[in-house]
Amino acid sequence: MHDFTYHAASSVADAAAKVAGGEDAVLMAGGMTLLPTLKQRLAQPSDVVDLSGVADLRGIRVEGGAVTVGAMTVHDAVANSPEVAAAIPALAALAGHIGDPQVRNRGTIGGSIANNDPAADYPAALVGLGATVCTDRREIAADEFFTGMFETALDEGEIVTSVRFPAPAAAAYMKFPNPASRYAIVGVFVARTTGGVRVAVTGAASCVYRESAMEAALEGGFSASALDGMTASADDLNEDIHASAEYRAHLVGVMARRAVAACG
Amino acid sequence: MPKDGIGASVKRKEDYRFITGQGAYTDDIDRPGQTHAVFVRSPHAHARIASVDTGAAAAMPGVVKILTGADYAADGLGGLPCGWQVTGKDGPMVEPAHPPLAVDRVRHVGDQLAVVIANSAAEARDAAEAVAVEYEPLAAAASIEAALSPGAPQVHDEAPGNLCYDWEIGDRADVDAAFAGAHHVTRIELVNNRLVPNAMEPRAAVAEYDRATREYTLYTTSQNPHVIRLLMGAFVLQLPEHRLRVVAPDVGGGFGSKIFHYAEEAILTWAAGKVARPIKWTAERAESFVTDAHGRDHVTVAELALDADGKFLGLKVDTRANMGAYLSTFAPCVPTYLYATLLAGQYTTPKIWCGVQAVFTHTVPVDAYRGAGRPEATFVVERIVETAAHEMGIDPAELRRRNFVPADAFPYQTPVALVYDSGDYEGTLAAALASADYDGFGARRAESEARGRLRGIGLSAYIEACGIAPSAVVGSLGARAGLYECGEVRVHPTGSVTFFTGTHSHGQGHETTFAQIIAERLGVDIDAVEVVHGDTAKIPFGMGTYGSRSLAVGGSALARALDKVETKAKRIAAHLMEASEADIEFADGQFTVAGTDRSVGFGDVALTAYVPHNYPIEELEPGLDETAYYDPANFTFPAGCHVCEVEVDPETGAVEIVNFAASDDFGNVINPMIVEGQVHGGIVQGVGQALLEGCVYDDEGQLATGSYMDYTMPRADDVPSFTVSTRTTPCPHNPLGVKGCGEAGAIAAPAAVMNAVHDALGSRGVSRIDMPATPARVWQALNA
Ligand SMILES: Cc1cc2nc3c(=O)[nH]c(=O)nc-3n(C[C@H](O)[C@H](O)[C@H](O)COP(=O)(O)OP(=O)(O)OC[C@H]3O[C@@H](n4cnc5c(N)ncnc54)[C@H](O)[C@@H]3O)c2cc1C
Repeated sequence: MHDFTYHAASSVADAAAKVAGGEDAVLMAGGMTLLPTLKQRLAQPSDVVDLSGVADLRGIRVEGGAVTVGAMTVHDAVANSPEVAAAIPALAALAGHIGDPQVRNRGTIGGSIANNDPAADYPAALVGLGATVCTDRREIAADEFFTGMFETALDEGEIVTSVRFPAPAAAAYMKFPNPASRYAIVGVFVARTTGGVRVAVTGAASCVYRESAMEAALEGGFSASALDGMTASADDLNEDIHASAEYRAHLVGVMARRAVAACG
Repeated sequence: MPKDGIGASVKRKEDYRFITGQGAYTDDIDRPGQTHAVFVRSPHAHARIASVDTGAAAAMPGVVKILTGADYAADGLGGLPCGWQVTGKDGPMVEPAHPPLAVDRVRHVGDQLAVVIANSAAEARDAAEAVAVEYEPLAAAASIEAALSPGAPQVHDEAPGNLCYDWEIGDRADVDAAFAGAHHVTRIELVNNRLVPNAMEPRAAVAEYDRATREYTLYTTSQNPHVIRLLMGAFVLQLPEHRLRVVAPDVGGGFGSKIFHYAEEAILTWAAGKVARPIKWTAERAESFVTDAHGRDHVTVAELALDADGKFLGLKVDTRANMGAYLSTFAPCVPTYLYATLLAGQYTTPKIWCGVQAVFTHTVPVDAYRGAGRPEATFVVERIVETAAHEMGIDPAELRRRNFVPADAFPYQTPVALVYDSGDYEGTLAAALASADYDGFGARRAESEARGRLRGIGLSAYIEACGIAPSAVVGSLGARAGLYECGEVRVHPTGSVTFFTGTHSHGQGHETTFAQIIAERLGVDIDAVEVVHGDTAKIPFGMGTYGSRSLAVGGSALARALDKVETKAKRIAAHLMEASEADIEFADGQFTVAGTDRSVGFGDVALTAYVPHNYPIEELEPGLDETAYYDPANFTFPAGCHVCEVEVDPETGAVEIVNFAASDDFGNVINPMIVEGQVHGGIVQGVGQALLEGCVYDDEGQLATGSYMDYTMPRADDVPSFTVSTRTTPCPHNPLGVKGCGEAGAIAAPAAVMNAVHDALGSRGVSRIDMPATPARVWQALNA
């Protein structure tokens, strides 16, 4: 780890000011991704602005048919929240299968989506549910938020403050984990929402995306059999030592069918 | 029997220390004035070192010294030695130089070429990044296949074709003749996948030099500190034993990877003399991946000849084994004497031939890893036996029974050098099948099928040669050292006991097991016994812990030392009670004159030995402190049967182990709980090899699985609850009748799991799937 200056932020505004004041400052949530990166000397920020003292960023609120999760809320809190379990059980289940207990007690929803790892779980939930990302500057629809591998619509120094999930009629997430990292090789989030059926896929490609053909098929009849024989196109899918593009394409179909079946 | 004696599941004495975080590992040691080392390592699999410029780095803050391969060479010291010489068909193996710091060429990613010593680890790391190395990258041969292909890049100029040796055992023509008369021949090809050991504690070392005494001390994460002292002192740094102390304190797992003498140990010790300050080095996990000796890595073709009744007539095995870039300490013997000699398995196969080509590649050295050679042998034998059973339509358990060495045939001479001493293979098979409910499998398979799942069951009837080993035998096979063990029992004046053992515990529970033996034999409380290991300044000598040898060899040395203690104590007791020595009986800590009620306690005898006011000083020396060296007459031969049942999800390829049962014969058992723990751990490692762990190098020799993001270690939820039990045939040739249990699980499990996977996939036409049987591979095989 190279030297950097540590700052504890006291509020969102304070954090924004401190990030703006640093030459090459970064925000830190739970440090679950950031710290390993620093330890391996893959990044050399001048300043690290710690959000853990900003109480406003932590917590879960359910009102008006939507679940709002503060950016600094750890996965474990989402997984074990009775309110989330009641409103969007699929979201609680998804959070409960991220990483291991240590990771779930440090890692945050804000850090996860700001990082936008192509194999992360939360992006599938945000896109699958048509969520809204709230920042210190604006609101961004999930469909516009995730722009590419490790890339988001966030501007320099922009801080995620919360994510607002509209409660769906039904939803389920099916994850096929990478045996080593346990991130998603393929994760499919299926939801029946007021705006229609959404099928969001993570892990398979460079960034979370929607399977529009599957969505259309499900609009015609919401049942697993509507997806029979359907897979993703392997053309732009990831390929690595754990899974070929063809295997991922096939798994998208399997996980999607299982998610639909789990929607009940 | 005392409550904490032999056979009791005593809770481990060492666990309080470990569970409360009070273990003292090498990295916990901080010496006054300590500096920190970081090694400069090659990012290339193969390159010529054009130049090394340390100028800028040396000027950086906190830097104490930078030493390069050229500095080491200038001191005229030795290379890292290989402890075992294998002689192939064409003469002795090729044994290339292994400089601890590379001079003109680097041969694997992670090969070290310089060391930076600084006041802090961070400063050392900064400076190490500033050492300017000019590499001329060369083509690499990163796999066995690549290294043996015509025109392959050469790892060592002195090893043409990258061949270390071409070795064989058995008479090929004889075996061919047996095949000529066969009713059926089963042929398999397999890969025994390369594994990264991944001990929980990474390797570390602290070296210091005392200018007053000229003594060097090395604290190191080692399974055998005396061997490190011998190898490093005599062959590398040319330091006599009395000026070199090696301490292996608490060590957090080894699995073989900490047997070997590593470059970092020698470089730190050498450098400590130069800077006259202690130096610490602790591997980062990423460094462990590219410097700890890896395991396995075989490619094999095997053929089994059977008669019409399924009797084995002959076995032919052709194996290529990866040695990596240099010969690690025991590497050459692993695919030969620890492998080919086990190919009889539990069977009476009369004719066996095995050829082994050992190959250099531009990868990390490969050496012993939990089981070392014996898992590879078991995998070949048990995969081919199971395949033959399916091909011939004979129940796999029945085919094994028809070929077992019968229980009344011991000692049994196999055609591949070993003489099995005892066993009851039918017994362990029957016990394992019963606890696996083998007979109920058909119903379970049907139930799985109804849920769209494929179910399979597989057996592995393994044998291992353990208790390594008889010095005369291993010497004749090329070992450059003896493999006896030493133990010293020091009875203190008040009757408490310290046992000094040359074995080393890095998770095995010796502090408890050995104490139980002493409690049993001397009638003392287990808490009055302390077991000391891991320090050449305290223990007379030792060969360390590997090859399931600690109890069979080290425990036997203890038993012999206890015999000596008892003999002397009886003489003291006879004197105290004015009786004849021949009339003294010793039981439960009391010396009694036979047929009388006169007795004296062990504590009184111990006190008399040290306070010899009333003492037969002309006949007997004071003190009660006895040392024994034990060199076994033979290996021990733990054996047993493991049964695995899997369920495969054909849509995703995911394999789930739904049941795992084992019956093992480890000879007499001192602590059943510890034995069970060893079996569990071994099975998990075996499951890891079968389903999860696969070390992958790309064609350029870059390690594609260099972190836990890509290298899959088994986790608790990857395995079910195991059903394990033991059946005992005592070892006939050692005083405790023990055989060893440390490696069995890792030896047996891979074949059991893979036989189950093949059984599950067989109905879908899959005939071969290699380890690790990951979901992607299984799906691929199902859709090929
Ligand atoms: C062992 C392990 C296993 C894991 N397994 C999984 C898994 O199975 N599935 C999965 O989805 N994830 C997994 N993760 C990731 C984990 O869930 C975390 O969400 C992720 O690492 C982010 O961590 P963090 O919240 O601590 O953010 P940090 O590491 O602190 O920050 C990550 C990035 O986000 C930025 N950032 C943080 N907060 C904000 C904010 N409010 N506004 C703007 N930018 C911000 C930081 O500047 C940084 O660039 C795993 C991580 C580990 C270490």
